[in-house]
Order: sequence, then C-alpha cells, then structure tokens
Amino acid sequence: MGKLTIWIVFAAVLLVLPQIFDSVLSLSIFTQMTIAIIFALSYNMLLGQGGMLSFGHAVYFGLGGFLAVHAMMMIEFETLSFSITLIPLVGGVFGLLAALFIGSFSTHKAGTVFAMISLGIGELVAASSLILVSFFGGEAGVSGDRTFGPPFFGIDFAQDDHVYYLAAAWMFFAVLCMYLFTQTPAGRMANAVRDNPERAEFIGYSARRVRFISFAMAGFFAGIAGGIFAVNYEILTEENLNAATSGRVLLMAYIGGLGFFIGPVVGAVVLTLINSLLSNYTDLWMLYLGILFLLTVMFLPRGLTGLLMMHRVAWQLGRMRLLLLPYTLTAIPGAVFILGMIAMIEMSHAEDAEFVYLGLALAPAGYGSWALLLSVTAVAFFILRRTLPRLHEAWAEANTLPRLQGHKDGRP
Amino acid sequence: MKLLPSAVPRLHLLAQIATAFSLAFSGLALAQEPIKIAFIDPQSGVFAATGESGFMVLDFAADYFYNDKGGVLGGRKFEVTALDNKSSAAESQLQLRRAISEGTQIVFSGNGSAVASALSTAIERHNRRNPDSQVLFINYAAVDPILTGADCNFWHFRFDAHSDMKMEVMTSHIAKNPAITKVYIIGQDYSFGKAVGDAAISMLAAKRPDIEIVGNELHPIGQVKDFTPYITKIVSSGANAVITGNWGADMVALGRGIMDAGLEVPIYTFYAAYDGITATLGEAGKDQIYVVHNDFANPVTAPLRLEFTAAYEAKNPHQDITQPRIVNALMMLATAIEKAGSAEPYDIAIAMEDMRITTMTGEELWMRRDDHQAFQNLNISVHTNEGINIDTDNSGFALRTEFVVPRDETITQSSCRMTRPQQ
Amino acid sequence: MIEVLIFATLNGLVTGLLLFMLASGLTLIFSMMGVLNFAHASFYMLGAYFAYSISLYTGFWPALIIAPLLVGVVGALVERYGLRRVHKSGHVAELVFTFGLAFLIEEAVQLFWGRSTINYESPTLLDFPLFTLFGQNFPVYKAFMIFISVSIFIGLYFVLTRTRIGIIIQAAITHPNTVANLGHNVPFIFMAVFGVGSGLAGLAGVIAGPVLTTFPGMATVLGSIVFVIVVIGGLGSLAGALVASLLIGLLQSYAIASDVGMQDLLDLLGVSFAADHPLNDIWRLTLPQIAPIMPFLLLVLVLIFRPSGLLGKREG
Repeated sequence: MGKLTIWIVFAAVLLVLPQIFDSVLSLSIFTQMTIAIIFALSYNMLLGQGGMLSFGHAVYFGLGGFLAVHAMMMIEFETLSFSITLIPLVGGVFGLLAALFIGSFSTHKAGTVFAMISLGIGELVAASSLILVSFFGGEAGVSGDRTFGPPFFGIDFAQDDHVYYLAAAWMFFAVLCMYLFTQTPAGRMANAVRDNPERAEFIGYSARRVRFISFAMAGFFAGIAGGIFAVNYEILTEENLNAATSGRVLLMAYIGGLGFFIGPVVGAVVLTLINSLLSNYTDLWMLYLGILFLLTVMFLPRGLTGLLMMHRVAWQLGRMRLLLLPYTLTAIPGAVFILGMIAMIEMSHAEDAEFVYLGLALAPAGYGSWALLLSVTAVAFFILRRTLPRLHEAWAEANTLPRLQGHKDGRP
Repeated sequence: MKLLPSAVPRLHLLAQIATAFSLAFSGLALAQEPIKIAFIDPQSGVFAATGESGFMVLDFAADYFYNDKGGVLGGRKFEVTALDNKSSAAESQLQLRRAISEGTQIVFSGNGSAVASALSTAIERHNRRNPDSQVLFINYAAVDPILTGADCNFWHFRFDAHSDMKMEVMTSHIAKNPAITKVYIIGQDYSFGKAVGDAAISMLAAKRPDIEIVGNELHPIGQVKDFTPYITKIVSSGANAVITGNWGADMVALGRGIMDAGLEVPIYTFYAAYDGITATLGEAGKDQIYVVHNDFANPVTAPLRLEFTAAYEAKNPHQDITQPRIVNALMMLATAIEKAGSAEPYDIAIAMEDMRITTMTGEELWMRRDDHQAFQNLNISVHTNEGINIDTDNSGFALRTEFVVPRDETITQSSCRMTRPQQ
Repeated sequence: MIEVLIFATLNGLVTGLLLFMLASGLTLIFSMMGVLNFAHASFYMLGAYFAYSISLYTGFWPALIIAPLLVGVVGALVERYGLRRVHKSGHVAELVFTFGLAFLIEEAVQLFWGRSTINYESPTLLDFPLFTLFGQNFPVYKAFMIFISVSIFIGLYFVLTRTRIGIIIQAAITHPNTVANLGHNVPFIFMAVFGVGSGLAGLAGVIAGPVLTTFPGMATVLGSIVFVIVVIGGLGSLAGALVASLLIGLLQSYAIASDVGMQDLLDLLGVSFAADHPLNDIWRLTLPQIAPIMPFLLLVLVLIFRPSGLLGKREG
C-alpha cells in the first residue's frame, strides 16, 4: 500500500464514519477524537520528535482556544466578519504567537530545565487565567456561538455533523502538515538534535534554533486543536489550559507510542474512548487509566503502536500463524485474571448489598463471593505463568528465519 | 479495502430494519416507556462525593415516591441515570449529548455554577437548533444569581436559593446580633467568592451601617496549603464575625484554622456541612459555624421527611440526605407531568411556571414564572450535637435550625428577561 | 501590625520547614538518580493517610513512627519493581512513570479512604496553645512540627557529612559511575535513598496531616511547589533546598500577610485608571492574591537567569 493510498483511505474513513455511527453521541465522540489527535500529534512534535518534555502544552491549546472564542464573539457582535470555518486558524495563529514568545526563552536548553520551565509557565498561565477575569472569564470561562457569521455554502454549523466535518477537514489538513513537517530538513534536524545536540551543532545547526522551530510549530497545531475545541464546545474554561490537560496529552502521546508518527493518533483514539465510554460503567475509571498508563510505561516503552509494530518481522516472514495459538492460550487466562482483579476492586468499592458483575450476582459482604473471585483469579494467574514461557518461545521462533538462529527483534 | 462500499449499505439496512421494528412496537410500548432523567454531575474525582450522594437521593426518591406506587401518567416510571461530568464544562456537554442520543429529555445538574451555566447555555442552544429533541434543565444546586438573572432561559429551573437571597438572610441574622460590630469577609478567588463578598458588603451597609468591614480577602481556590497566615490577619483585625463562601477542602481548612487559633467568633457560611465536613469540624466547631440553606434542618418533625430519611438510611447506612431540594425538584417535576398530561419538556416547563407544591417538610415551594426561581423558607442553622434528631456523617453532629425567614420575605426582584420559544 | 509580622514569620518557618522535609528527600533522589519524582508529594499524602488509619488503633505516637516506615517500604518497593525496570528506557520514561504513579496513588487513596476530607486530628497531648500573643494562639503542635523538621535537617546533615554511608551517597551524587566502579552496590543505594526519601515525605505527611487537612487533593496542592524548591535551590544541594524552602515559605507567608497591591503602587506613581478600564483585573491585583503563584514566577526567573539554581553546582 503506497503512502498516497493511506491518505486516501484516511480521508475516506473520516467521511464515512459518521454515516455508520450516526447518533448524536458518536458524532460528538468523533469530534472529540479529532481534537485529541491534533493535540497529541502536536505534543509529539515536542517530545517524540524534538526530545522536549513539556508539562505545559495545554497553554497553547488553551490560549488558541480562548482567542478563537473571542473571535467567535466578535463575529457574533459584528466587530469582525469572516466564516466560522476559519476559527481554528485563529486559534493556530495565537497558539503560534504564544509559542514564539515563550519559546524564545524556554528552548535555550532541553532536558530538565525545559521541562521545569514548561511546568512553571503552565502553572502561571493557569493561575493567571483565574485572576484575569475580563479575558478568561474566571471559573465560568468564556463562551460564544458558532452559528453567526457568513454561512459556508449555506451551512451555519448549528448541527453537530456539520461541526464534525469541519473538524475532520481541519484534522486531515493538520495531520498532513505535521507529517510533511517530519519530512522537511527542519523536522529531520529536530530528530538529530533530540538524539545528539552536540553533533547537530558540529554540522552547523543551532540546536536552540531547531528546538525553537519545533516548539513554535507545536504551539501552532495545539492552537488549531484549541480552535476546533472552541467551535465544537463553544466554551473555554480554565481547565483547558491547566496542568491536568497538559498531563492528559502526555498520557495520550505516551500510551500511543512516542517513536511513531501514528502513535499519538492511536493514543488519542484509545484515551478518548476510555474517557467517554469507560466512565459510564465505573466511577473508578481513572484508577484503571492510571494502571493502564503505568503498565504501558513499564512493559511497553514504545507504547501501543510499538506493540503492534513488534509484529512486523513476524508478519514479513509470514509466520504470524505460529503466534496464533500461544496468543489465544495466553489471552484467555489473561482476560480471566484481569476481569477477576477488576471484579475484586469494584466489589471492595460497592455500596449496595448485592453487586452484579458481568451478569453474575456477587455479595460484597459475604466471604463466598470473595473466595470465588480469589480462587478464579489465582487459577488464571497460575495458568498464565505456564503459558507465558510458551508464548516467549513461539515469539522467538516466529521472529527467526528458518535455520537462522539468533535474530530477535524484541520480546513481548 | 473492497470491504467498505458493500459493508456500509448493509449496516445501514440493518439499522433501518431495527428502526422500523422499534417504531412498530413503540405505539404499544408508549404507555410503559420510562421517563428518562439524566443526572449530570461529578461521579469521579475530588467532588465526586457530592455528586454521588445527590444521585443516590434522586434515584431513591424516584422509586420511593413514584415508581413503587405505579409511576406517573398512568404507569410511566422514572429512570435515573448518573452521567459523570468530571466537574468540567466540556464533559458536561459530552454527557448532555449522550443523554440526548439515549432519548433523555430531563437533565438534573447543580454542582458548580460554572458547569451549570455552561449546561444551561448548551441546552438553550440545543433546543433552539433541534426543536424535535428538546431538553429540560433542573438545576438543584448552582447558586450564581446570573442563572435566573441576566443569563436566564426558558428551559432552566432552579430549586436552590441563589447566593444573593442567601446573603440577605445571612446579613439579616448578623444585623440582629448587636455584639457583631466588625466583620471579616474571606472567599475563594473566583466569581462566586467575589459575589459573596460584594453582596455582604452592600447588604450589611444597608442593614447595619455601624458594622465595620475589617477585611475582604480573596484566596486562590483549592491552592492554599495552610490558612494560618489568613487567620492571623483575621485575628489582628479584631473581627467578631467571619463571612465566607468557601466550600470543600477550603472550607474545612479555614474552619479548622480559625478554631486552632482559638478565635471564638461565629463563622457564617453556605457549605459547611455533609460529605465528611461535619465529622471533621466535630466538637471544635460546635456552636460556631452558621449555615444558610433551604429545607429545614434539625430537629425534624415532619412525618413524611422522617419516614423518607429512615427508609433512605436503612438502605444506605453510610449516607445522608445531603440535599432535600433534589426531592423537591422531583416532586414538582412529577406534579407538572401529571398536570400537563405529557412528559414533553415544553409542556412540563409551562406547567411548572407559577406552580406551588408542598415539600416533605410541609412547607410551600413556589416556582416564579418570571425567572424560574423557586422560593421557600430559608434557614440559618448552627453546627451542634444538641437538639438534633438526624445526625450527619454518623458523627453525632448536624445542623440545628436557629432562625427561619418565611418564604415571602426571601423574594427578590427578578431581573430576568426571558424569551419564550413559540411551539 | 507587629503581631502580623511575628505570626507571618512563625507561619513561614513552619511551612518552609515542612516543605524542606519533602524537598530534602526529593533532592537526594533527584541528584542521585536524575529522576524528578512526580510522586514524591503522593508519598507525603500516603504518610498522612497511613498515620490516620494507624492512629485509629494505636493513637498518634506509634503512628508517627510506623507510618513513615511503611511509606519508606512502599517507596523502596516502587523503586525496586517499578523505576528500576523503567530505568533502561531513559529519563523521560522514568519521569513519566512517576507522573503516572502520582495519578494512581491519588486514585488508590480515594478508593481506600473515600473522596471526602477525613478527620485526622493532632494528639490531645499537644492540643494546647504554646503561647498567646495579641489574642492569637500559637499551638504547641506547630512548635512540635518545627522541632521535628529541624531534627531531620540536623540528622540528615550529620549522616551525609559524618558517616561512611553519607560519604558514599555524596560521592554517588556527583560521580555515580566512579562509585559503582569502586564496587559499591549502586542499585541498592538507589533503592535505599528512594526509600528513605519517601519515608521522609511520609513523615512530613504524618505531622502535616492534622494541620493542613487530610484529603485526596493534598498531594496536588503541594506537589509542584516541592519541585520548584528543588530546582530553585539547585540540584543536589541539601543546603540549597533548605534555603529555597524557607525562602518560599516566608515569601508566601509575608505576601499573604501584606495588604499592598497594584493599587498602592499606582497611587504612589500618581496613576489612576477608569472604573471600567479593560485591564482592571491587573490594576486591582493584590499581593495576597498572587502569593501562591509566586513560587512559579521565581522558578521561571531562576531557570532563565541561573539554570543551576541558587546553590547548585550542575545543571539538570
């Protein structure tokens, strides 16, 4: 499959998705995903491609978004007149301006110094947003209305599907631009500076300048994401630029996988789904998210995408079917183990006398249910310990050319 | 990739068949179809305790008063779903869309005026843009006056007294006490904290010009590690009463700080009870904390309220009925549905306007037509362990009502200019 | 006015020394392992919650000893089975790991102890005013907090400068590879330092819990401030951490105690703005309002002009 085909398929999926899942809810989840994808990809320009760990990336998302809402308000009150389709660009421009200003002093150094400055700036901006009420609207935030302004081919964006297509179009454009950026000399140099700033300096590039360019671009795209957020939700509040939002984008990029262009996209999709769906089934969803995150950091340093990409060798060797049986054998006890653990966590948290889990009525107060769950989980764990080594062996075999020992590409 | 073009119409066909079936059966099922209520409030995170207890009360009251007695409109039952808004304006909108896509037309919410204001705006816009799937907003706790003032709208009904009404009552109580001559105001640095400060100053000036405001301090919300420096200022100002709009951990820390410093002055507040706060203030805060609220506190004598509380606490031994006004809202909603003979938001809204119902405590609650603000008696209660018959947090302590302002005296001018939708 | 000054100084000292107990552990961990431990304040929170649960059975005093030990063990386990595994993926992975850990600990605390404020009280033995000045009590418990923090500082200083293990640790801070080459078990030293650092944070939680209220957000409130202190003080500098802790404690305390604001500055300059000036939010700012963000302002300024911190010798 050529690169062009991938982009065409990507565009087609974006077009078709809301036709398949056409409820109000799924539309709004898709729109949320497009925002998260741009934001996470822009974050990866810093961390994945530029090696700059930021704890304050929400600043550019939020500032872009706030300016976008103010622009929407100006359209509403007829101080300005342009199409609402350009609002994300307003966000992008102001994200860029903010990044140009802050980047001018924060990108002197990478590493801890950069991380700490980003943390400090993030806290400062978030705190100021509560103090400077006339611009940020204090705790209530500022809100606008997207339906004013000249209609775009007769569309006034009152309906959610119009907003989705607008967001998807901007997302496609932004992802394409960010991808192309990685192919430019500036994008390549960002990688070089991340890996070895001294060498980059030796061949005549200023590491500081390269970081500054990446930083500014990341601010621009974060601002676009903020602008789309403004159009979709029609409100921006302090939470859009505080540390929690900055933390969430780090989580997305990291869980997805920093080393791959597509990694943050995967992370954004998975986290949006967890955020919007899991929270309906359990109020402990944040706990599970935390566990998932820690396990990812510990066992999948290359993220979920890394896990998929590990199978490339086996795929190319045409030996995936060797893994099929061991995977199934591990997945069944694995799933039982995880479900058992979840059941115990949920049961310890249950308030009612009866607790229904997967159609099973459990009694948190009695010992019977606990004994049952404990034994099931323990058995699953025991079986898991037996099947994992077999998976390891199968993995080694699947990744090795016939009669060519010692070629391993990582382990599960 | 050949899969897609053929799969899409097939899926579509499936969906159409499903819709056709559901339409065919809907005529039969309409009488028994539940009336869905979405309870959009924090169910996770730091503020989850309030949201969870609110949901449990609403869910229990729906069963206790209606579903167990055959429902409303001849057999339709209330179905309450908690949707977690994570205390966020954007999440609330997502959950609103979820509720709408599940066919819900009634939304309860209230924790946090910022969230409520975002929801109110979002619902008004949604109803304007989608007249075929309208939503009614029952605000049971957000107290920013603007919600029934400048930002009021037809779909929003508030069942709590707004902060200016509460401040009227609070300042009246202070004005009656000649011992209070110097008042210190401290609040969280955001719209509500500022509104409390401004209202207190202007109302005290009108009622007791001799009272001196010896301090008007704002501190960052949720950021203060240690309130001692603030308390030093309060002590050195010579204040003999403190007014605060603080809630949550900021309220506990401020209250405990004042008590630790040995400052024995009354503290007038809005949110110094329930969800662990009563237990934490405990003995140290006895007879020192005054809370303004609607729905009479202790000692409870109304039989209906006692029965309901006993039934609720029998089912949830670790819970309290923290916000009886949720039950008030549900009662008025059910009455309006019966009166309108319909569960359509527009019909319910019209029916609720100018409606009067009797609450569990036996007092009358009135929904003003002009701004959709509910009025009932307002009370000032003190944190104590004496003379109470329903305690809070199983701590032996609770609020005991000291001072009741009759409903008609709490009525303030309406500043709402409501645009009514044409149906 | 004088009483405000006196109490502001005392409060600043109490806060500053408390911050130091957290910062001392963090700076040791940071300088040895290069890990900025985001979860450090979470160990502080764990200390308070552990002590609360233990004190329900045994009272405050045994909890004062047991809870920090438990937190130390938890910390050592986290290092042994978590951080060490992540170590090979680089510093970013380690940092991100502690970030996730902080998130997880906060959720776990809510799972076990609930989301509300818990009623963790200071022991009745210390529940009386040490002295009363101008009508305000200074609780003896606060003096006790000062006493514990100062003892910790003296103890740490003694261990680090006068004992063999202290010298090894100091060497490991500046020359970790050389220390490993000399045959010391550096992974074990790491684990021990991480455990002790976490235990110190736990101890801070035990003694601060009753005063600063024990609730699930207590780690977040303090978390980033401790970071700020370590960076401002300078990496690997215990003395720097002490100076920065006291500086920030006193700075915040004085800022809150003060009554000045932009208005006074404008009056002094003879400038005034209309009542509806768009920037009135700025012109009406007061010093107490911005007190909590001053550490971050200081952080950014220090990092721009002196990246190695006040007393630090090397950059991160």
